Amino acid sequence: MKLMPCPLNGLRNITEFTYGGEVTGMPNPNTATDTEWADYVFNKTNPAGVVREWWLHNASGYWFIAERDTVTDHIRKTFDPGELFTQRVDFSPSAASSASATKENPL
Amino acid sequence: MPFALLRYGLSSDPVKKPDFPPPPSLKPAYDVIIIGGGGHGVAIAYYLAKYHGLTNVAVLEKGYLGGGSTTRNTAVIRSNYMTPESVKFYIASVGLFRNLSNEFDFNIMYSERGQLTLAHSDSTVRAFRQRCEVNRHFGGRTEMLDRQQIKELVPLLNLETGHTPVLAGLWHIDGATARHDAVAWGYARGAIERGVEFHPLTEAQDFVVEKNRVTAIQTNRGTVKCGVVVQAVAGNSSILMNKLNIRAPIHTYPLQAMVTQPVKPFLTPLVSSSALHCYVQQTGRGEVLIGGGSDPYPLYQPRSSLELKEGLLMHAIEMFPFLANTKLMRQWAGITDMTPDYSPIMGLSPIDNYYLDAGWGTYGFKSTPICGKTMAELVASGGKVPALIAPFGLERFSRFKQINEMGATAASH
Repeated sequence: MKLMPCPLNGLRNITEFTYGGEVTGMPNPNTATDTEWADYVFNKTNPAGVVREWWLHNASGYWFIAERDTVTDHIRKTFDPGELFTQRVDFSPSAASSASATKENPL
Repeated sequence: MPFALLRYGLSSDPVKKPDFPPPPSLKPAYDVIIIGGGGHGVAIAYYLAKYHGLTNVAVLEKGYLGGGSTTRNTAVIRSNYMTPESVKFYIASVGLFRNLSNEFDFNIMYSERGQLTLAHSDSTVRAFRQRCEVNRHFGGRTEMLDRQQIKELVPLLNLETGHTPVLAGLWHIDGATARHDAVAWGYARGAIERGVEFHPLTEAQDFVVEKNRVTAIQTNRGTVKCGVVVQAVAGNSSILMNKLNIRAPIHTYPLQAMVTQPVKPFLTPLVSSSALHCYVQQTGRGEVLIGGGSDPYPLYQPRSSLELKEGLLMHAIEMFPFLANTKLMRQWAGITDMTPDYSPIMGLSPIDNYYLDAGWGTYGFKSTPICGKTMAELVASGGKVPALIAPFGLERFSRFKQINEMGATAASH
C-alpha cells in the first residue's frame, strides 16, 4: 500500500488519511464580495503537477500539509501547518468591528 | 445484403475504404474547433454538421478517437437521477440513444435491460421514492420494488448483505447499456461523412486570446485560427481552463473498474448499491463488470490501487457470493472531472467564443447524444444557451445555485 510520511506519526498507510483540499488563501469574510467568496469556496486550481494540500491523519486527528505531484502521485514533502501559518487569524461576527479584529491571511 | 456479405467473405481482397480516412493536414482556419475527440467531441461535431450545416469544423484529439474516458467508462445509460434538471436532460439522452443504431446504420449494441438500485436503509428508501416520482413525472419508467420482487428479478442476489440487509429497490426499466466505442465510432463516421475533419495526435497546447476571444489555437502541428472553440476533454478539463485563467470547481479523480472472466448468463439487469459503493452488471460477452465510487484523493493518472479494488470486490462478493470463485480478467481506471454538486458544467465561459463541456465526473457517457445535440445548438446559435442545459452553466457556482445531484454514482459516498 502507498505510504504517507505524516509529520507527527511517521510513515503510515495512505488509507489512514483523509484528503482535505488544496491549500489556498482565504479572503476576508467581512469584506469579500459574493463572487470572491464563491471563488474561495468552490473553485480549484486542480493543476497537473505539484500541489500543496491539506491532509488529516484520521486516528490522531492531526491536520498537516503535503506537497504532492498529482500526475505521478509522488509525495515530495509533508510538514506541520505551523510552518506556513504563523499568525493567529480571528474573525469578528459583524462588519462593523472587522477592521480591528481580522488580520490578513498569511497566504 | 446477405449476398454482398457472402461475396465479401469469400473474396481475398482486404478492406479498400477505411471508415476514417487518414487525417488531412490542418487547414489554416476553421469556423469551429472542438478540443477532445471522445464521444462528446465527435457528437457535437456530428450534430453541428447534421442539423446546423456547419462543416468547416475540426476535432482535435491528442490521442486517438474515443481513447480516453469514452473507452474506460462502464457504459451505463439511465435517467433515474434526483433533480428535475438532470432527469429532463438524461431522459432526452436515453431517447436519442434508443435510435442511434438506426441513425448511424451501425450497431451500437443498445441493450435495454433495466437498472436496479438497492436501498439498505429507511432514508435511502425515502430518497428512492422521490427519485421514482421525479423520473415518472418527466416520462421515465421507474418503479419501487420490495424484497420479494427483487428476489424474483435477480434470484442470485444476496439480500442479507452484512449488517445492512436490502430493504427495497429502485427499478429503472429504461436502464440500458451500449457498446461505448461504437457510439464514438458512429458519431465520428457520421461527422466525417458530412465534411468534419478529425485530427488524431493533435494536442491543443496553448491559446491566442485577443479582446476576450480565442483567435487561434497552438497545437503540436502548428497554429490554427478559429471562430468558435468547444472544449470536451473530460479529465483534463482543468488543464485547458487554467491556460485561459477560467476558474472552475473541478477536481480530477481516478475512477476504477474491472471485469471477471466470462461466465454463463445469470444477470440481466444492471445492479447497483449505494450503501455498498458498488455496481455489478454482466456484459454481452459474459464478463461480470464491477465498478464503484471514485478514488479518495485527486490524481491525473489512470492507475489502479489494490485497496480500492479489494474494497469493491468485497462488496461485489457480498451482493453475489458465488463471484468469490471467479477470477479477474482485466482492471483499469479512468480520469474523471468531478464537481462539488455532481452535476456537469456546460455552456458559456468567461471567454466570449469559448464553450465548456466539462465536469462530467462519472456520468459522461450516458449524456453523449443529448450533450452533443444541445452543445451544437449553443455553438450554431452563437451563444444562446438551450433551455435544457441552462441550469448547468459555470456561473451557477458564483450565484450559489448548485444542482445537488445525489443520484450520481460517485455521490453515494
